[in-house]
Amino acid sequence: MFYRENGQFKTSYRADQQIFPIAQDRWVILALIAFAFIGIPAMVDEYMYRAILIPFLILSLAALGVNILVGYCGQISLGSGAFMAVGAYMAYNTYIRIEGVPLILALLSGGFFATLVGIFFGIPSLRVKGLYLAVATLAAQFFCDWAFLRISWFTNNNASGSVSVSNLSVMGLPVGTPVEKYLFCLSFLVVFGLLAKNLVRSAIGREWMAIRDMDVAAAVIGIRPVYAKLSAFAVSSFIVGVAGALWGFIHLGSWEPAAFSIDRSFQLLFMVIIGGMGSIMGSFFGAAFIVVLPIFLNQFLPVFGEVFGIGISTATVSHVESMVFGALIVWFLIVEPHGLAKLWSIAKQKLRLWPFPH
Amino acid sequence: MAFFLEALFGGLMAGMLYSLVALGFVLIFKASGVFNFAQGAMVLFAALAMARFSEWVPGWLGIDSQFLANVIAFVLAGACMFVLAWTIERLVLRHLVNQEGVTLLMATLGITYFLDGLGQGIFGSDIYKIDVGMPKDPVFLLDSVFEGGVMINLEDVYAACIAALLVFVLSMFFQKTTTGRALRAVADDHQAAQSIGIPLNRIWVIVWFVAGLTALVAGIIWGSKMGVQFSLTTVALRALPVIILGGLTSVPGAIIGGLIIGVGEKLSEVYVGPMVGGGIEIWFAYVLALVFLLFRPQGLFGEKIIDRV
Repeated sequence: MFYRENGQFKTSYRADQQIFPIAQDRWVILALIAFAFIGIPAMVDEYMYRAILIPFLILSLAALGVNILVGYCGQISLGSGAFMAVGAYMAYNTYIRIEGVPLILALLSGGFFATLVGIFFGIPSLRVKGLYLAVATLAAQFFCDWAFLRISWFTNNNASGSVSVSNLSVMGLPVGTPVEKYLFCLSFLVVFGLLAKNLVRSAIGREWMAIRDMDVAAAVIGIRPVYAKLSAFAVSSFIVGVAGALWGFIHLGSWEPAAFSIDRSFQLLFMVIIGGMGSIMGSFFGAAFIVVLPIFLNQFLPVFGEVFGIGISTATVSHVESMVFGALIVWFLIVEPHGLAKLWSIAKQKLRLWPFPH
Repeated sequence: MAFFLEALFGGLMAGMLYSLVALGFVLIFKASGVFNFAQGAMVLFAALAMARFSEWVPGWLGIDSQFLANVIAFVLAGACMFVLAWTIERLVLRHLVNQEGVTLLMATLGITYFLDGLGQGIFGSDIYKIDVGMPKDPVFLLDSVFEGGVMINLEDVYAACIAALLVFVLSMFFQKTTTGRALRAVADDHQAAQSIGIPLNRIWVIVWFVAGLTALVAGIIWGSKMGVQFSLTTVALRALPVIILGGLTSVPGAIIGGLIIGVGEKLSEVYVGPMVGGGIEIWFAYVLALVFLLFRPQGLFGEKIIDRV
């Protein structure tokens, strides 16, 4: 009744091809963004920002980048953590080595260097595919882990091997309190989300999808695999690199290579798969799921144990947590291999008929 | 020269152990097309089971002999791996037939988390040791040729022999038995195998069980070498370039790949490492495999990849 496009006539191609052709979608998204910018800062406390909201925003940005590569272009990558690391460390180096460089420029330069590294490690994708490629991208992961740990130039010759930034500000405005950090990340996410959405529905996005669906056939109809694959690697690692820089600068403040280990790569891939491959919306769902689930389990399990009169030790909690996490992931893959985004679109279809199915 | 030989032998032995872990990967990939990331977790799980059972069994049954306790523990750990294989087939694989490779890969990652939690939840998360009576003393060979001789760990030699034996037994099993033939048929073509009456589900249980057993053997060897602890799971990550190099579907490839990676890692660490600050063995294997892939995308012995539209 409420979610119907009846009566919304399009009189121009422009109107027909907009991102959200249905007026209700448009309003809901606008309302959501307005709520995120205005509503949330008025409601939540500091813990919420630090533990959930900021990680969620940054990781959904990273998941967005991974989704472009994995979901849209079909190149499985287990090296996303490495691209995040490149983003973070190169942004750090730009920030401290060039006097007076604006924060945003430093973050973007992190993305730029991540792009270079991404293109370099994307070259094997021209020869190898699928699972072989997945393992090949692990080379990026291990190499970057090693490089940032051992080559002291990247950490500005810091003896402890960890780097830190402080007193961040953008155009005179400080980025220090959780609210400011939250708004800063949110602005980044909105801009990049819009950018990604427009990219994937443009000519290049269609090329990526053709390559994903069948690369030989795509090459036959005149899509250049080299260009399509490497551009997917470039765009993806740019976004992932910026997310990595945000993760280091805004979320962590001081970090070492372990923050971008292989577990991070797996985590990002989980987000993409659980959220839905080849869906911008899915990246957000996946990130929310993966960020919230461990926190939820951590809070919930001891309570659950008390109900049954079992005192659960901290070690047991962490073991059970990892078991439940693993089991949930498997369960999710079984019941909905296409991810949360698929559930979302099913729900939308149902909503169009509701409440009068005839 | 003696130093070079020592490094070479060390590399070969380490390579043999890598190939042991890699074998588990290859077996499962051949038979079910699943890239089993959980192999590392299975190694840890099996090793934990073995270590703890051999500790508990003397108390339960009142046996004094360490040997007997080890045998019983081995059988029990093997039984655990069977139950595990059956459960995985029943609860996971059966429901994921015909899914894409990456979905299956993610499912095995889920299994990895589950197994890590389960194994440490049941068996504890400290460092345990496995004592199966492997000799710890180094021996010196070729005393007459080089001064001081070439030092070799007898333990490594034993481990390599066990690995070689296991490989031999496995290839016999694949070539000569009816089940082995059925496994190869399934590996070739799921549908065709099913249409001539090979029960896919049972084959999967068998193959996961066999992979579980190789994980157990690998776990025992690695465990007695460096203690049973969480870091055993990283052994699996070290074995990944091995299968890429050798080819995902080839058992001999896993062996040769393991040897190449083992030697390459060791020699590079010894000769190139000091120049760039050390610790390069972590990524060297991957980069080696990567460079190799550029020239032979299917690995050394993998089946040729043919693309059709």
